[in-house]
Amino acid sequence: MILPRLLMVLAGLFMLSLFIWPMWKITLLAPQYPDGVEMHIYINKIGGKTPGTLQNVNILNHYIGMKKITPESIPELKYMPPIVIFFIITAFIVAFLDKKWAYWFWTISLIAILLIGLYDFYLWEYDYGHSLDPRAPMKFEGESFQPPLIGRKEIINFTAISLPHIAGYFLGTATFFGMVATYIKTKNTKS
Amino acid sequence: MKNRNTFLTQGLVIFSLICFMNTSCNTNQNGSSGALDNDAASQVYVAPGEYDEFYGFFSGGFSGQVSVYGIPSGRLLKVIPVFSQDAEKGYGYNEETKPMLNTNFGFVPWDDAHHPELSQTNGETDGRWLFINGNNTPRIARIDLTTFETAEIIEIPNSGGNHSSPFTTENTEYVVAGTRFSVPYPQKDVAIDSYKENFKGMLSFIKVDPKEGHMEIAFQVLLPAFDYDLAHSGKGKSHGWTFFTTYNTEEKHTLLEVNASQNDKDFIAAINWKKAEEYIKAGKYKEIPAEHHVNRYNEKSHVATSTLKKTVKVLIPEDCPGLVYFIPTPKSPHGVDVDPSGEYIIGNGKLSADLTVHSFTNMMSAIENKEFETTIAGVPVLKYDKVVGGVVTKPGLGPLHTEFDDKGNAYTTFFISSEVVKWKLGTWEVLDRIPTYYSVGHLMIPGGDSRKPDGKYLVALNKITKDRYLPTGPEMNHSAQLYDISGDKMKLLLDFPTIGEPHYAQGIAASKIKDKSKKIYPIEENEHPHRALGEKATKVVREGDVVRIYMTSIRSHFAPDNIEGIRVGDKVYIHLTNLEQDFDVPHGFAIQGARTAELLVMPGQTETMYWEPQKEGVVPFYCTDFCSALHQEMQGYIRVSARGSNTPLKWSLGEPDEEE
Repeated sequence: MILPRLLMVLAGLFMLSLFIWPMWKITLLAPQYPDGVEMHIYINKIGGKTPGTLQNVNILNHYIGMKKITPESIPELKYMPPIVIFFIITAFIVAFLDKKWAYWFWTISLIAILLIGLYDFYLWEYDYGHSLDPRAPMKFEGESFQPPLIGRKEIINFTAISLPHIAGYFLGTATFFGMVATYIKTKNTKS
Repeated sequence: MKNRNTFLTQGLVIFSLICFMNTSCNTNQNGSSGALDNDAASQVYVAPGEYDEFYGFFSGGFSGQVSVYGIPSGRLLKVIPVFSQDAEKGYGYNEETKPMLNTNFGFVPWDDAHHPELSQTNGETDGRWLFINGNNTPRIARIDLTTFETAEIIEIPNSGGNHSSPFTTENTEYVVAGTRFSVPYPQKDVAIDSYKENFKGMLSFIKVDPKEGHMEIAFQVLLPAFDYDLAHSGKGKSHGWTFFTTYNTEEKHTLLEVNASQNDKDFIAAINWKKAEEYIKAGKYKEIPAEHHVNRYNEKSHVATSTLKKTVKVLIPEDCPGLVYFIPTPKSPHGVDVDPSGEYIIGNGKLSADLTVHSFTNMMSAIENKEFETTIAGVPVLKYDKVVGGVVTKPGLGPLHTEFDDKGNAYTTFFISSEVVKWKLGTWEVLDRIPTYYSVGHLMIPGGDSRKPDGKYLVALNKITKDRYLPTGPEMNHSAQLYDISGDKMKLLLDFPTIGEPHYAQGIAASKIKDKSKKIYPIEENEHPHRALGEKATKVVREGDVVRIYMTSIRSHFAPDNIEGIRVGDKVYIHLTNLEQDFDVPHGFAIQGARTAELLVMPGQTETMYWEPQKEGVVPFYCTDFCSALHQEMQGYIRVSARGSNTPLKWSLGEPDEEE
C-alpha cells in the first residue's frame, strides 16, 4: 500500500514550508493603522508585513510598559528549527520503514510537540501581557494586554487578531496527513 | 391649500416668463449657476477616505514651488518645494538640500516656476518624473514621483528668463529651455542699445537619462535676439521637431509693449533636433565656456551635491543647414501647441484676431520645395501661405494656450475675453465657449498636451481673482476652475484658490502614480555620511570649534536628549536620523534661537541643522511634528557655556538607573 508512505513524504515536504513562510501572525487593527500592523512569527525569527513591523509593535507596546520583543531573548526561535528538521527527516524514515509503530510514534510526538508549542506560546503571551513596567507612561487599571491565543480580542484601542499563517496551515496539513497515514496503516495491518 | 397652490403656479409662470425674456437664466451664459446645480456637486464630491481620479500638478508661479491637487475634488494634497526655500520642510535650510539651490550666482533661494511637464513614453504621460522650469535664474528641476521630492536642478547658461521650458519630447529624450530675454552672447558688459549687435537668443536641449532621469545640456542653438516665449515638441509624425514661439522679432530693448508689437507676424522656430544630433555627432559645434551647476539629491545618502560644468556645445544655424526654420505666425504668438496626432501646430497669436494653425505636412513640403520668403541669420523663413493649415476665425480675444481632448477637439484660452473656446480640428469651427473667472492663462486637460488626452476634465488657470472668494485684503490667491468637458457643452463644476500663481498644470491618472509612491526610506539603505543607525550609535564629537551631534528620533524621544559642553561660537551640526520605519511618522526638530528653519525628517532619513549658539544658557529643543501620544514629552536640553569654558562634553538619555 503506497498511500500512507506517500502521505508521510508529503508531510515531510510540507513541513519544509516552515523555513520559508511564517507559521503564525498577530494583526493589530486601529483606525490610524489602515493597513494594520501585522507581525509574523517564523520558527526562527519574528518579522512582519513590512521590515519595520517589529519596531512598530515595540513602539506601540512601550507606551503601556510591555517588554520589548527581541528575537534574541526568545530561545524557542533557536530550538524550533532542529525540532522541525527532526520531524522532516523522521517523516521520510517512517515512509521508508513503513511500520505501524513508526507511524504512531511520529504522529503522536508531533501532536504532543504542537500542544506543548501552543502552551508555550500562551505563556509568552501571558508574560508579555502581564509583566508591565511600573514606570510605563500609560496605565490602565485592570486591563490585560495579553493577545488572544487564537481568534480576536479588543485591547484598548486595538483589535488584536491571532491566527496561523501560511506555514502554519502547511504544518496543520502535515499533521493531518500523519494522522490519516497512521489510520490507514493501522487499518490495513489489522486486516 | 388650494389658494397656496394657485399662488405657486402663478409664481412659476411669471418666473418662466422672466427667464424667457432674460437670457441670464441660461446656464451656458452664466457659468456660476452651473456650479450650483446638484449634478455639479456630485461630480466633484470625493467621499471621505476615497481618492481622486487624477493628480493635478500645479506650478506655484512666483512661489517657486509645485502644488499637488486632487482632481476633481480640488483638494490640496502637497506642496513640493522646488526653487524656493521652504521653512515648513527645511528645504533649502538644512545642510542636505542647500546645494539644490546653488547656481553660478551662488545660493539663489527663490525662482519663478512656470510649466510643470510630466515625463512621457511613446507620447503618453508615464508618471515617473515631473519637470518644471525656473524662469528668473534659468533652471530646470526634476521631481521624482515616487517621493514627490525635488531630485535634481540643472542651471541653463547663456539664457535670460527660461520661459519656453521644459516641454518634453515624446520619450523624454529631451526637455527644452528657450530664453525669453535675449542676452549678450557671451555675457559681457556692453551698452544696452548695442542690442542688435551683441544680443542673442539661445535654445537649449537637455538630455534626460532614461533610467536615472539625470539631466545634462546636450546642445544649444544660437539664434537672433528675439524673445522665445513658449514651446512644444512634436509627436507622432512630427516627432523629432520642437517648436518655439517668438515675439519681439523687432529686436527692441525698451518699451516692448509698444515696440515689440509692431510686426504683423512673428515666428515659430522649428528645430529639427534629430538633425542637431547628427551635427553634434559630426562635430559641427562650438564648445564654449558656459559655467553652470547640476544639483542632484541622492535618495540613499539623503544629501544633495552641486557639480560645476564648464562648457556647452553650441550649434550655429549658418553652419548647420536644415536645423532651424522660421514659420511666420500672427501676431506675437504665445503658446505653441501640437495636437495629439502631431499634424497641427497651433500658434496662439495673442494680439491676433484669428487663431493660426500650421500643418506639419505643409511645413515639410515647403521645406522640400524651398518655399522661402527670406533668410534671417542663416535661418530660412518659410512662406506663411505654404505652411498654414487652417484658421479659426474670430474665436475670441487674446488667445494664449490650446490643449486637446481625445475626440478631435481643441480648447483655447482667451485672456482678454476671459473664456475657454472649444473648436474642432480640421473644420476650424467654434463649438462652444464658457467664461472663466478671470483672465485665464494656461489650461490643463490631463494628458492634454500628449498623444493620449483624457478628455474628461479641463482646468482653467486664472491670473485674476477679484471677487471669487471671501476677501483676504489686497492680496488674493489666484483661482482655478474645473470644467466637465465629457459632453458637447462644457460645464463649470468647481472653483478653487491655488498657491502662488498657478501658471500651468499637468494632470495624470492617479493609477499611474499612487502605487509607486514610497511610504518610508528603508533605514538599512541610509548612506548619509553622518547617520546614526540606532541609539547606540549616537554621540557628540568635537573637532576644534566644530561640534557634530549624531542624534536619533523615535517615538517619543530624541537620543541623546541632554547635551552639555557646547560653547558660544561653536559651529554645531545636528545630524538627526529618524529611526522610524512606519508610514507617515516624520519627526521635526527645532532649537530655540537657531537662525534657520526646523528639520522635518522622514522615516529612515537623516537631516542636518547648522546652529551657531549665540548666548550662554540652557536651550530647549523639541519635536515639531505631532508624532504620538507623548509628542509633548519629546523634548531635550542643550547647555551652552561661555566661549572657551571647560564644561566637559557629555550627552545622555534617561537617568543612569533607567537605562537598559
